Amino acid sequence: MADPMTAPAKPQIEPAKPQTAPARTLVLPGDPRPPDVHVDVRTQELQINMGPQHPSTHGVLRVAIWVDGEIVTRAEPDIGYLHRCAEKIGESVSCIQYVPYTDRYDYLAAMNNNLGYCLAVEKVAEIDVPEKAQYVRTVAVELNRIGSHLMAVGTYGLDLGAFTPFFYAFREREEILRLLEWICGARLTYNFIRIGGVMRDLPEGFAADTRKFLDLFETRLDEFNDLLTHNHIFVNRTANVGVISPDMAIAYGLTGPNLRGSGLRYDLRREQPYLLYDRFQFDIPVGTGIKGTVGDCWDRYWVRMLEMKESVRIVRQALDQMPATGEIMAKNVRHLAFKSKPGEGYLGIENPRGELGYYLISDGGANSYRSRIRAPSFCNLSILEAILPGTMLADAVAIIGSIDIVLGEVDR
Amino acid sequence: MDSLVPYLTNVWEWATGSAFTFSMILSILAVVAFISVWAMFAVWLERKASADFQVRLGPDRVGPFGLLQSLADGLKLAFKEDLIPRDSDKFLFAIAPAIAFCGAFAAFAALPFAPGITAVDINLGVFFIVAVTAIGVIGVLMAGWCSNNKWSLYGAMREAAQLISYEIPSALALMVPVLVAGTFNLKELVAFQCLPSDGVLDTEGAVYFSNHGWLAFYSPWTFVAFVIYYIASLAECKRAPFDLPEAESELVSGFHTEYSGMRFSFFFLEEYGMMFVVSAIAALAFLGGWQPLPWVSCNFGGVLGNLFFAGVFLAKVIFLVWVQIWVRWTLPRMRVDQVMVMGYKYLIPMSLFALLMMAAYIHWGVRYLPGLF
Repeated sequence: MADPMTAPAKPQIEPAKPQTAPARTLVLPGDPRPPDVHVDVRTQELQINMGPQHPSTHGVLRVAIWVDGEIVTRAEPDIGYLHRCAEKIGESVSCIQYVPYTDRYDYLAAMNNNLGYCLAVEKVAEIDVPEKAQYVRTVAVELNRIGSHLMAVGTYGLDLGAFTPFFYAFREREEILRLLEWICGARLTYNFIRIGGVMRDLPEGFAADTRKFLDLFETRLDEFNDLLTHNHIFVNRTANVGVISPDMAIAYGLTGPNLRGSGLRYDLRREQPYLLYDRFQFDIPVGTGIKGTVGDCWDRYWVRMLEMKESVRIVRQALDQMPATGEIMAKNVRHLAFKSKPGEGYLGIENPRGELGYYLISDGGANSYRSRIRAPSFCNLSILEAILPGTMLADAVAIIGSIDIVLGEVDR
Repeated sequence: MDSLVPYLTNVWEWATGSAFTFSMILSILAVVAFISVWAMFAVWLERKASADFQVRLGPDRVGPFGLLQSLADGLKLAFKEDLIPRDSDKFLFAIAPAIAFCGAFAAFAALPFAPGITAVDINLGVFFIVAVTAIGVIGVLMAGWCSNNKWSLYGAMREAAQLISYEIPSALALMVPVLVAGTFNLKELVAFQCLPSDGVLDTEGAVYFSNHGWLAFYSPWTFVAFVIYYIASLAECKRAPFDLPEAESELVSGFHTEYSGMRFSFFFLEEYGMMFVVSAIAALAFLGGWQPLPWVSCNFGGVLGNLFFAGVFLAKVIFLVWVQIWVRWTLPRMRVDQVMVMGYKYLIPMSLFALLMMAAYIHWGVRYLPGLF
């Protein structure tokens, strides 16, 4: 019936562009040729698929990358391979039951995830947590932060082809896991911090062992610096690579070490003190561009190294100030039949990867009506699309590693 | 043995009517056996050494000190299914590992292990080895292209660029000892390094003072050449920090991503064979070959003497390979443009300069380090 004259024209395939030498659209940093130099050999753009089973995408991230030779022209992160309906589960199980689920989102910083959720519930339900429990939480959370950062810097070395620092980082992390296993019996998913307090008090001898570990750890951090941080090849690979300007960092909602790497002194432990962070002395390290530009990969890496030292300071102070005895559980929390007050609230904490926020709405039942997670890795990941184009393929690996994402948290 | 080999050779020639002698077959078998045993040992060494660097134990279950681990791994590889990807170029896919292996294999033929142990004594030994080791690139390029995998192609292109770039400085650096000794023959290079003070080498069983010493310490320029050769040889073996062709964190496994089983093990053999070849050349041309000490040489004959020399030579090679392993497990990987910059902007000019300076030194007769003699 359709008249060929009036039928909508078939979409025409765009004619191939003329093969005259085009001006280069991409200029590498350090390329001496001016950008309007014409190239004689025109190469075809190649789309390659990085992930979801690629060794350096830290899990199941897939990045579709278009490359011109070794240079990335476009990059699109594709996520969702690890989606586990985290937020829906938060509505269908009770608040108490949901705490172990939070372990599974950022599995490298499970203690911090427990804490974020419990603090949010406590805020909505208006529960006061005893002082002793707050100190115990601080110790656990900061030890967990060190472990998480060790994993981040260790795997970062792995991304850049340095295998050995990874094992050194793991040796230290193993000690932290031993300590955390001692207090809660688990090594990865702790479920130690509960709504209204903690599972149990620190075991006897824990403080002494932890202090011993912290002393050793500080010397071993220097060893790690000698091995990786100041290595000439490592600096060449990371300095001036993947520069994120402060404006850009804010525009993309970066938080955590990625934001501070760009030179912005913003840490929720200082800005909105939760737990007892206002009682501790600690610095907030920021990237200063020692080896290159402010906000490059090396700065983000270095901020993590410095943050580990600050965490050591915090743990020491918390152990010193901690009362010998005291309640570790709030009085008014009846765990078997916990029901929150009706209301809503948002609470963000400083996760090792940035601002981890839980937004909860309660209708007065055992389950929360809505539980929304603001995952730092998810927001940090969004900047990849903006900073990958123009870099080399090897730099793409360095940049993805420096953002330090955990896919369990990105996809939730 | 002395009567058996000529006899069998005669039988062989009578039976086949060819000049391809029986001793040649024996040599080939010996080389194949040696490469296999060496690769197993080198893999074990690499795993043990890396474990030492990484506060681990390494293999310790199979055999004493885990020595048989490589044998177990080799058996596993041999019994694996021979997988060929559906969309690959099957013919090229099948022959690529063999061609890659050819380079390292052929180089072994010309390597002297001791004054009396060498498969083929070639007058242009250095030249021959530099030439045949370049064959491996073709196999790798074929493997990357025919796998029909973008990562493989990337790895192959990187390898081609890297190997071709680094063959120039390594060959130029090798020209420095050749210039000094005035010969391309690897045996004569070693003989030059253990030449006695009076220049006459006739006393057997003697330990004597040699005024040339090892070529690495002969003059500052030979030392520079040694360092350049060693760095370039790391790149030729695709060892860290130049392991871009098989950069695991970037290119999955590089050009052998699609390979498995026996075909994969041939790439593996090639890599470890190349490690041996470049270390052996470094030992022969710069570190006195089979002479145990610099400036003090010895001249032993007979089977025992040859075995002693071969032991010293192997010890040097194993040490150099161990340094390669040490470097690999310490350093991060360089970026592809940095590798090219290092090759073309630093190593090639430096090796050319060292060659020129050495030529000038020889021309004007200044042969030794001032102050050392």
